[in-house]
Amino acid sequence: MKPAPKHVLGGALMLLGVAAPLLINPYELSLLGRFLALCILAMGIMLTWGEAGILSLGQGVFFGLGAYALAMHLKLAGLNLANGDMPDFMVWSGVSALPAFWYPFKNGCFALACVVLVPGGFAAGFSWLVFRRRVGGVYFALITQALALAFSTLLISQQSYTGGFNGLTNFTTLFGQDITTNSAARVIYWVTFILVVLVYFFLRWLLATRYGVMLRATRDGENRVRFLGHDAVPYKVLAFAIAGALAGIGGALFTLHSGVISPAAVGVVPSIEMVVWVAVGGRNILWGAIAGTLLVNFAKDQISSALPSLWLYALGALFILSVSFLPAGIAGLFHAGREENVVRRILRRRKLSTAE
Amino acid sequence: MNESAFLLGQVFNGFSVASLFILAALGLALSFGLMRVINMAHGEMLMLGGYLAYMTLQVVPGPFGILAALPVAFLGAALLGAVLELTVIHRLSARPLDTLLATWGVSLVLQQAARNLFGAIGVEVTAPTWMDHTVSVNSGFLAGMDLPDTRIFILLIAALVLGALAALLNKTRLGLYVRAVNQDRATAAAMGVNARLIDLLVFSLGTGVAGMAGVILALLGPVTPTVGQSYIVPAFLVVILGGLGSLVGTTIASIIVGLFTALIEIFVDVSVAQVLLLVFVILFIQIRPQGIITVRTRALEG
Repeated sequence: MKPAPKHVLGGALMLLGVAAPLLINPYELSLLGRFLALCILAMGIMLTWGEAGILSLGQGVFFGLGAYALAMHLKLAGLNLANGDMPDFMVWSGVSALPAFWYPFKNGCFALACVVLVPGGFAAGFSWLVFRRRVGGVYFALITQALALAFSTLLISQQSYTGGFNGLTNFTTLFGQDITTNSAARVIYWVTFILVVLVYFFLRWLLATRYGVMLRATRDGENRVRFLGHDAVPYKVLAFAIAGALAGIGGALFTLHSGVISPAAVGVVPSIEMVVWVAVGGRNILWGAIAGTLLVNFAKDQISSALPSLWLYALGALFILSVSFLPAGIAGLFHAGREENVVRRILRRRKLSTAE
Repeated sequence: MNESAFLLGQVFNGFSVASLFILAALGLALSFGLMRVINMAHGEMLMLGGYLAYMTLQVVPGPFGILAALPVAFLGAALLGAVLELTVIHRLSARPLDTLLATWGVSLVLQQAARNLFGAIGVEVTAPTWMDHTVSVNSGFLAGMDLPDTRIFILLIAALVLGALAALLNKTRLGLYVRAVNQDRATAAAMGVNARLIDLLVFSLGTGVAGMAGVILALLGPVTPTVGQSYIVPAFLVVILGGLGSLVGTTIASIIVGLFTALIEIFVDVSVAQVLLLVFVILFIQIRPQGIITVRTRALEG
């Protein structure tokens, strides 16, 4: 049997991804790794926004929870707590003893569990409180934005516990391994790449199950789902919790790649930027989320280093144009027959305007 | 200063913050009621109002420059609002979440434009001398309470705007149309109301009021490209608390949010107060998910 072209393309991309550390220099590899970590988060946004119709402007919060959980462990990894050692920033801000909630993070396995469970659990609880009263849509977006604002200001103001505005940085070891070398960077890259692939196939499977069907049904007509005797809330809460956990994993990997996590990466503006990656790539198609994330981030890296003020204009224009003229994103251009197919949309508009 | 004076001073502060929220949130709430869209660039209307106040004071220095700035800011912001409605919001009004994202893009562009035009640091507007005065209570159980004139001025402006809007909505034909479209767009349109025009008018009216709020902001602190952002998130929460497109609901919600923040800040710092406000809002929607005032309609999906 002859393999379909898309499988050939997929296989080629996979090989390219695995071989990337041998093909590009360490700086580019660190960028690629960082952006692939963000792809994990973006696939979560595709799940909630594209498939469940829940727009969250606060994914940075879950990203930050995962990132800080790992960063706290990295800060403690090299220290001897029995000696009364403390992370550098706590010494500078005059904290007398390590706060109690930091202690468990000395254990690497506990920290890794927290990377997934804290953002996932928080996302579940938070969204359940909102969805159970049938508050959604625009309201949910605004509440999550307020959450992102509250989270980042809290991180900044509690300097002695969180490192404040500068965040957490200067990491050296993880599980006894030096993470500053080039070979460690390669391993971290491969771990990231494998996770991206795993999450991709997990979500593909999930969206093909009955659960995926129910999720789309809830998006398109929540009341109809209710009238058919289903409770829509658990479906939405689960989707949001998965997206939260994925954001947490993405945050932890991002921290490993970039070597720093600070409130500047988790606030209101970064949170909404995360949505634009998916909007540009295509909110209803998984690979669109990945493509959009890589594309927008590499573009940002290029443009903002050359012309910083131009980047914000470009980002603003990207928001307006992609949402107005390309609601299915780049991926939508390739998938004929999808509901928001561009050609069909233009034809429909023409028909509407002649009908009027 | 004795305790009751301090407490009452905080309450007064709460009311003056609340009046800013009223001016900032009214436009959001009214257009949200009509079109179910939220304009994320609304905060930049505050910013624009602030810069317009600054420029007006360059042209009309004098003690009454600030009074001249109010109509200038209103017209400027209303004009920009009309352009925004015609170009972006109307095109997307069938997709509320996309409108949110597109207007966020607009807000980024406006912020960057302000940064390029006026600099990132911000400009100062000095309050006129007739506002330097402070009303102090020197005797009785409120001895030691200070009420700065700027704060009284804010309260006055908010009350005037609120009164004018209430009269407009309840006493004029235009107001009748607005209420009709708010309740049932299709029926109102069938009765000959130009719903499209009403959308445009209400939207620009709302942005104009936000522009006036910007003038007031300029009196309180420097006008920076991101000045709108710090007021807009609480204003969104006000819209959620207040309910769809209701003047009364928005007013009550603004007062609740203003008093809540002013009083809670006695005990905790500003960042914790923000978290507690969010917790309060989430708890509130457990009790009244539709907001304080609900406009009853037959539509199942609002």
